[in-house]
Amino acid sequence: MSTSVSTTTVAPLTVQQKRIRAILAGIPVRLTVLALVVIWTVPTLGLLVSSFRPAAAIRNTGWWTAFFAPFTADWTLANYIQVIGADRMGLAFSNSLLITIPATVIPITIAAFAAFALAWMEFPGRKIVFIIVVGLMVVPLQMSLIPVLRVYTDLRLNGTYLGMWLAHTGFGLPLATYLLYGYISSIPKEILESAHADGASPMLTFTRLIMPLSVPAVASFAIFQFLWVWNDLLVALVFLGTRSANVIVTTRLAELVGSRGQDWHVLTAGAFLTIIIPLIVFLSLQRFFVRGMMAGSVKG
Amino acid sequence: MSSVAKKDRVFEIFAATPARILVALIIPTITFFVLLWSFNFMRDARAPRILVAIVALVVGVGGVWALYLALNHLVTQMPIRLRDSLLPYVFVGPALAVLTAYIVLPSLRTVTLSLMNRAGTEFVGLDNYIFAFTDPSMLITLRNTLLWLVVVPAFTVSLGLLIAVLVDRMSETGEKVAKTFIFLPLAISFVGASVIWRFIYFYQPPGMAQPGLLNAIVVALGGSPQGWLTIRPWNNFFLIAIMIWLQTGFAMVILSAAVKGVPGDLLDAARIDGAGEVRVFFNVIIPYVSGTILTVTTTILILVLKIFDVVFVMTSGQFQTGVVAFRMYQEAFIFRHFGRGAALATLLFIGVLPIMIRNMKSMKERR
Repeated sequence: MSTSVSTTTVAPLTVQQKRIRAILAGIPVRLTVLALVVIWTVPTLGLLVSSFRPAAAIRNTGWWTAFFAPFTADWTLANYIQVIGADRMGLAFSNSLLITIPATVIPITIAAFAAFALAWMEFPGRKIVFIIVVGLMVVPLQMSLIPVLRVYTDLRLNGTYLGMWLAHTGFGLPLATYLLYGYISSIPKEILESAHADGASPMLTFTRLIMPLSVPAVASFAIFQFLWVWNDLLVALVFLGTRSANVIVTTRLAELVGSRGQDWHVLTAGAFLTIIIPLIVFLSLQRFFVRGMMAGSVKG
Repeated sequence: MSSVAKKDRVFEIFAATPARILVALIIPTITFFVLLWSFNFMRDARAPRILVAIVALVVGVGGVWALYLALNHLVTQMPIRLRDSLLPYVFVGPALAVLTAYIVLPSLRTVTLSLMNRAGTEFVGLDNYIFAFTDPSMLITLRNTLLWLVVVPAFTVSLGLLIAVLVDRMSETGEKVAKTFIFLPLAISFVGASVIWRFIYFYQPPGMAQPGLLNAIVVALGGSPQGWLTIRPWNNFFLIAIMIWLQTGFAMVILSAAVKGVPGDLLDAARIDGAGEVRVFFNVIIPYVSGTILTVTTTILILVLKIFDVVFVMTSGQFQTGVVAFRMYQEAFIFRHFGRGAALATLLFIGVLPIMIRNMKSMKERR
């Protein structure tokens, strides 16, 4: 009954109707939303403002005093200079990039090859492999940490870039394969058949046809995986450790909290450095970001 | 004449085959050794950092492609029937190898380790599980985990839904801006978020300046400053608040899409029947998006079950704030008790097992 009603009158609101509705929504709705937005923004704002204040000022007055009197307050870049140099956040930043970029590209590549085979090639066990991939998606990575660490110790992979790339590849692969499968399997059959008729080998079909067509799905997963690896603490703590040469932004920041827990000028600048890349990615690629976040939310 | 030509060609093929096999084998071998060399180079602490960086990016990004192309090259040199049956495995094989090495085998090993002693050398039966459910500090850890599992989904989903419904009534620009601000924390790492909130909860003894926002508010209202992170058991709620702050945006975005799917005439009909906005919310909108609510709740439950970073940075599990995933790290990698660590990991796995089985079943039916 309700379906027949909805099909007759579900037509979208006209601009005018929408405008009237928006005005009718009235003050209470806007005030509530405004309050929530303020509550959600103030924590990050406090961090950002404090990171540009001198150490003594942070300790002796609230950041809001500087925020509301921006022209009389003291501002400084000294915190950033110290945290990048003396506190090795600069080194951590470059290590983070060197780990995160390959740890994003490798799983996408491996997953794309696998998704292509699962979607378009005939081989025994195809269906079971796919169901297993779906199952592995939610396995907590805690299940892998102890045994993989033991193998890494034997192979001297501890504390290496390679060890980190492969670990993040392993943990990201089920989701990547699942997402790319969903996309690649929906490519029209005719396109692949005509490529085959033209004599294209599977490898050529994959590199020249499938990969270019899959760019939207790849972009969404790439953003998700990039942020996941960049923001990860646990995998880095276990496989990379906190020895000085290997620190990344998250392990370095966690270490600073432990060793200089009251030095807010260092912590706020350090924290802002670790979140600046994700914020840029978020603000510039918001649409892909939201899609990737939603698709990636099931990761184990 | 023609027979000579034919003979020549046969000869050619015979001559070519060993060479082709050789080339087919040499290319993957060279690829392999180049990669091996570069890994050793990257491990070399004396190598200049910029060179290491370049090698790392080239190897990390290009190496895996090189491996596939080399393998593909190897297989295409083979007789056609062998080639056709092997080729799918060139494509899917590396993924299977990685999944086996990093998830399947380690998980099985973790289950067996959970039945062994500290170093994994002796079978101890269910001792580690008995520890997990009887040790006094573990009981607090389990209580905290339960608290997280109830409070975080309850708040994120209801707040997310509330915001989704409210912004739906605003202008398009207003809605977009509001959603961006609520969603923004989702990009921030748990570590970064923990530092942000440690600053908010910062405590100085009475009489001193209070740069921490929460204590500044308390003092301004005439109260005395509190060490929020040490007041048990309420300190758990101060950690949980961080997670709510981070994840409400996620619930909001997904629920917002669902709320927009509620047919307008359904809402109008309810309003014409005299239902107030509150009744419309509870009797029309919530039933309509209940499926989405379930999905979001499940997703956040899985996430909360594995929460580690927030506890690690905020309190290191002190002041009775431990949770299972944090305790797993602590037992395995700080106390070096692999048996207990493995048992706690297995408990996390058992927690997600119903969801895993449901997902696999629905895939099986779908295809």
